[in-house]
Amino acid sequence: MAASVEIDDIRKSYGPTRSLKGVSLDIRAGEFMTLVGPSGCGKSTLLRIIAGLMPQSGGEIRISGAPIDHLPPKARDVAMVFQSYALYPHMTVAENIATPLNARRLSRFARLPLIGRLAPFQNVARARIREDVETVARLVEIESLLQRKPAALSGGQRQRVALARAIVRQPKVFLMDEPLSNLDARLRVTMRTEITALHKRLGATFLYVTHDQVEAMTMSDRVAVMMEGEIVQCASPQELYDAPADIRVARFIGSPEINVVPADELFRACTEMARHIGPQAADLDIAFRPEALRPAGEAPLFDCRLEQTERLGYDVLLFLRIAGWNGRLTARMTAEEFGRLVPCEGRIAMHLSPNALLAFDRSGRRTALHAAPAERSVREMAHVG
Amino acid sequence: MSADVVIGAASGTPHLRPRKLGATLSARLAYAFAAPSLILLAVVMLLPIAAVIAMSFTDYRLGDLGVTFAGVENYTKLAGDRTFWRALTNTLVYVAMVVPGAVLLGLLLAVIIDGLDHGKAFYRLVFFLPVTATVVAMALVWKYLLHPNIGPFNLLLRALGLPTIDFFSNPDLVLAGLAIINIWSLAGFNMVLFSAGLTSVPQELHDAASVDGLDHPLDRFFHVTLPLLGPTTMFVIVTSTITAFKVFDTVAVLTRGGPRGSSDVLLYTTYLEGFSYFRMGSAAAMTVVFLAVILIFSLIQARVLDRKVHY
Repeated sequence: MAASVEIDDIRKSYGPTRSLKGVSLDIRAGEFMTLVGPSGCGKSTLLRIIAGLMPQSGGEIRISGAPIDHLPPKARDVAMVFQSYALYPHMTVAENIATPLNARRLSRFARLPLIGRLAPFQNVARARIREDVETVARLVEIESLLQRKPAALSGGQRQRVALARAIVRQPKVFLMDEPLSNLDARLRVTMRTEITALHKRLGATFLYVTHDQVEAMTMSDRVAVMMEGEIVQCASPQELYDAPADIRVARFIGSPEINVVPADELFRACTEMARHIGPQAADLDIAFRPEALRPAGEAPLFDCRLEQTERLGYDVLLFLRIAGWNGRLTARMTAEEFGRLVPCEGRIAMHLSPNALLAFDRSGRRTALHAAPAERSVREMAHVG
Repeated sequence: MSADVVIGAASGTPHLRPRKLGATLSARLAYAFAAPSLILLAVVMLLPIAAVIAMSFTDYRLGDLGVTFAGVENYTKLAGDRTFWRALTNTLVYVAMVVPGAVLLGLLLAVIIDGLDHGKAFYRLVFFLPVTATVVAMALVWKYLLHPNIGPFNLLLRALGLPTIDFFSNPDLVLAGLAIINIWSLAGFNMVLFSAGLTSVPQELHDAASVDGLDHPLDRFFHVTLPLLGPTTMFVIVTSTITAFKVFDTVAVLTRGGPRGSSDVLLYTTYLEGFSYFRMGSAAAMTVVFLAVILIFSLIQARVLDRKVHY
C-alpha cells in the first residue's frame, strides 16, 4: 500500500520572490518523514504542491516512480490533513468521513443534495461506504460521534474526524499540515503518540509538516529541516541533534537552544580549551548542547557567573556568563546535581568536554575539529575512566 | 449623580468611599441612564406603528378635525373588498417572481465574479450601479427599453422574427415587466451581500474538497460554497422578500395599477385609499394587514431557514 515519494528539484516563485529554491527529497515507502522549519520557510507550500493544490514553477514529483505533476489532486492518491481540520460544517461526522468515498464511488447526480437520493443503482455503493466509514470511525475511536456536526465536537475530536476522512480511502501517501498546532499542550502529546501508532498500523507513507521541533523529533523516522526555501539537512532525529550539518539546524533542533560561542571567546575564557581544539579554529563558531556543560570538577574548567536558574522539576536550567563575552550560556543538569553544586559568590566552575563540541565556519556549515592527536586520546581515556 | 461619585473619590472625602471595580449601580440610576434611549426608541419606532394600528379602528378622513371609533369595520370592509384582495394577490405573485430571480441572480453574479482573476472590483461596481440609481428615473428608462414600438428589446424580437411583447399594457405580463425592473435593481445589492459571504468561506475547505475529489465546479458549489453561504442566503431572502413586498414607485410611475387593475399592489392601493380618497382609517387597516403579512413571512422564513443554515 505504501508508496515512495520523490521530490526532485522543486522550485516555486511568486514574481521575484523565490519561496522554494530547488528542493529535493526522497521519501521511502512507509516512512514517517517530517518537514520542519520556522514559519515562512516554504514547507507548507511544498506540501500543497505535492497535494496538487498549487502548481510548482519547476521540478518534478514522483509517487512510486511515476510523475504526478499533470494530475489533479483527486487522481494523486494522496490524502491531506489540514491545520484547521477543514471539516465541512454542514455535514455530520459520518458525512464528512464519507465525502472522499462519495466523490469516487457515486455518480455526480447521486451526489447532489436532496435529489441525489433519487439516483438509481446506488444502494450497494452507499451501503459499502457506510461500512467503510464505520470501520474507520472505530479505528480512530469516534463511533459514538458519527451523527454529530463538527461544531459540537472538541478540538481533539475534530482532529480525529479529519484523520478518519484522510484514512477512509486508503491513500498511499498522507500529507499532514501542522495537524496538532490547534490543540492544547496536553492533547498534543496524546495525539502525537496516536498519530505515530496510526502510522505503524497503516504502514502508509507519511509526510508531516510542523514548525514544532519536538513533534519532529518524537514522531519521525527522518526529519528534513527546511530554512528559507531549502532543505538544509535530512537525517534521523538523533543524528540531527548530535551532528547538525548547519548552524541553523543546530539552533533549531533541541530545547533549550544550543550554545554558540565564537572560538576566540571560548579560548579567552578557558585557555586550556585552545590546546584541545587547536589555534587554527580561532575564527570558527563553537557550539555545544546545554547538557555538555557539566558540574564536574575536572579540567577543562570554565569560570562562570550564575545569573539565573529555571527549575523544570527533574531538570534545572542554569543561565551562565563567562568573563569577557556578553553572550549567555545555558547548562542543563538534574535537580540532584544542582543540589550538590555550591556556588561561591555567585560563581561556579563548569566542565566542558571537548568531545561534545561542534564547530561551524562563518557561513554556518559544519567543519571538523582537529585537536592535537596525542592530547585528544588521553582526554578521551580520561573521560571514559 | 455619577459626577458626585467621581469628585468624591478623587478628593478622598472620607464618608464617600471610592467605588470598587464591578460595583453595581442602583436600579433607579440604571433606569435613568437607559431612559433617553428607551424614550427615543418608543417615540421613533413603536409609537408610529401603534398610531397606525389605533387609526385603523377609526373612520378618520384626511383633513378631518375629529375621529370616531369604528371598531373592526375597516377590517370587515377590507375582507369583502375585491380591489384589496386583487392587490394582495398581485403583490404575492410579484414577490414570488422577484425573490427567486433577485436571489439566484445575485448568487450567480457573486460566485462568477468571485472566480475571476482580474476585474472583480470593476464588475462588482457595474452590477451595484442599479442599486444607487433612483428607481423612478430608471423606471422611465425601462419603459423605453420595453416599449412595444421603439424599445430595443422588442426591436430585437422583431429582428429575430418573433412576436413583440408589450409588457405594460398586457394584463398578464405587466407584473412580470415590473418584476424584471425590481430584479435588475435588487440583484446587485444581493450580489454584494453574497460576495461578503463568500470571503468568509475558508480556503482550506476548498483545498480539502479538492483533495477529497470534489473538483468539479458544480460539486464545489453544492458541497462547499452554497452550504457555507447559508446564513447569508437566509438574510438575502428575508430582505429581498421585504423589499419586494414594498413595491410602489415603479407601479406609481409606469402603470398606476393598470391595465385594469392588473398591477395593483398593496402599497399602491393603500396610497390611493389614503391620499386620493382620503380614507385614512381604511388605509391604516391596509397598512396593518401589510405589516402582518411581512411579519408572518419573515417569521416563517427565519424559523424554517434558521434551522437549516446554522451548523
